[in-house]
Amino acid sequence: MIEVKDIYKTFGENEVLKGISAKFKAGKNNLIIGGSGSGKTTLLKCIVGLHEPTKGQVFFDEQNFTEMNFTERVPIRTEIGMLFQNSALFDSMTVEENLMFPLNLFTDKTKAEKLERANFCLERVNLVGSNKLYPAELSGGMKKRVGIARAISMQPKYLFVDEPNSGLDPKTSILIDELISDLTEEYKITTVIVTHDMNSVMGIGDHIIFLHQGKKWWEGSNKEIAHTDNAELNEFVFASKFMQAAKDKI
Amino acid sequence: MFYSLGKYILLLRLSFKKPEKFSVYWSEVMREMVSIGIGSLGIISIISVFIGAVATIQTAFQLVSDFIPKTVVGGITRDSTILEFSPTISALVLAGRVGSSIASEIGTMRVTEQIDALEIMGVNAPGYLISPKIIAGVTMVPLLVIVSVVLGLTGGYIAVFASSDVSTADYLTGLSDGFNPVIVTVCGIKAIVYGFVITSICAYQGFYTEGGSLEVGQSATRGVVYSCVMILFMDLIISRMLL
Repeated sequence: MIEVKDIYKTFGENEVLKGISAKFKAGKNNLIIGGSGSGKTTLLKCIVGLHEPTKGQVFFDEQNFTEMNFTERVPIRTEIGMLFQNSALFDSMTVEENLMFPLNLFTDKTKAEKLERANFCLERVNLVGSNKLYPAELSGGMKKRVGIARAISMQPKYLFVDEPNSGLDPKTSILIDELISDLTEEYKITTVIVTHDMNSVMGIGDHIIFLHQGKKWWEGSNKEIAHTDNAELNEFVFASKFMQAAKDKI
Repeated sequence: MFYSLGKYILLLRLSFKKPEKFSVYWSEVMREMVSIGIGSLGIISIISVFIGAVATIQTAFQLVSDFIPKTVVGGITRDSTILEFSPTISALVLAGRVGSSIASEIGTMRVTEQIDALEIMGVNAPGYLISPKIIAGVTMVPLLVIVSVVLGLTGGYIAVFASSDVSTADYLTGLSDGFNPVIVTVCGIKAIVYGFVITSICAYQGFYTEGGSLEVGQSATRGVVYSCVMILFMDLIISRMLL
C-alpha cells in the first residue's frame, strides 16, 4: 500500500499542495482527479520522488520513501512502473530496446530471456511485431501502449499513470483504461492514475481522490461519486451536459 | 554564478558515481565515441587543411626577407599549428558541432520527461547520460586534434607546393628544425581539457533545461557560448602555466 502523510509542496511563493494525506489501496485503481492546477501531477511526482515534498512523508508498504537517499530508493524504484503523459519513450531506441532497457540495467537475465519478456509485454498490450519500430514511427495510442509495456516489463508492484487519455480519441482512451485496469487486476498492482477524464473515473475508478485548490476535497469510489453532495466535486464531474444528463438518469 | 558553479560541480559528482551496470555504460561510451570522433572527422579534416595552408601562406608573406631563412616558415607553421590552431580552433568548431548536439539531446530528453523516466526506473540519470559523453570527449578530442595537426601541416605543404614563395624542401626542413617536444605535451593537455569543457558544460546546460523546445534551443546556444569562452580562458591558463 502507498500512503502519503500531510504532503506540502511549494514552488517559490506558490503553495501547490496543502497538507494532503491519503492511502492508495493495494491491488486497485486509485484515481487522483481534479481541475487544472489542482496539484494532481505534483502529488504524483511527490509520491514517485521526482519532486521532493516541502513537508510530509510518502510510504511504500510502510517504508518511509521520503527519508531515503537515491541509492536507498533504488530497490523500491525497480518495483515502480510509470506511464508518462507523453509516454517518455527513449527516442534513440527501438520499441524492443525501450522495453529491454530496465531489464538490461537491473536484471541478470540472458538476452533471450529479456527478449522473451519484452515480447510478452508487447503481446500483452497488443503490439506484437512492432519491436523494431522507433517511437517517432508510432501513433499516440501505440506510444501509450509501449509506455505501459515498458512500465510492466519489470513486473512492478506499483504502477503510476499520468493522464493516460490525453491526446487520444475516446475509443483508444477506453482501450487504454481497460488495459491498465486489466493489468492492475491480473498482477495485483497498486495503480495510481492522474486523470480528468470522466470516462476513466466512471469506468475504472475503484478509489478516487478529488483534489481542489491543493487540498484533498473528497474521497470515495466511482459508485459513490454520482451521489455525492460535495458542490466542488459535482461542479467538476458533471460540468458537461452529457454527464449532467447521465446523472439525471441515475 | 557561484550557485551555477556549485550545481555544475554537484552534477559532475553525480555523473561519476558507480554505474548500475558497467556493460550498459560501456556501450554508451562506445556510441558517444563514434558520434563525437567519427562524426566530427569530416569537419575537422576540412578546417585543418585550410588553416594549415593559410597559416603557411601568411607566415611566408610576413617573412619575406633575405636575412630570414625560408625554413623558418615551416617551423612557425608547425609551432602555431600544434600549439594553437589545431587544438583551439578544432575545439571551437567542436563546441558548435558536438556541444550543441549534446545540450539539445539532453535538453530534449529533459522536456519530454525521458530523464524523469530514467530516474523513476532507479537509473542515475547524470551518470548514464553525462559520464559517457565526458569520457568520449576527453578521449576523442585529443585524437581529433592529432588528425588536425597532421592535416594542418599537410595543408601547409600543399600551400608551399602550389606557390613559389617557399620551396617544399625548405618547408619540410623547417618542420623538423628546432623541434621542442613540450609543444606536443601542451597540445595534448589542451585537447583533453577542451574535450572535458565542451562535453561537461553543454551536458550541464542540457540537463537543467526547463520549459519546451524554445528553451532547448536556448540551452544549446548557452552551452556553445560558455564552452567557447571557457576554451579560450583555459587556453590562456594552460599557455601561461606550461610555456
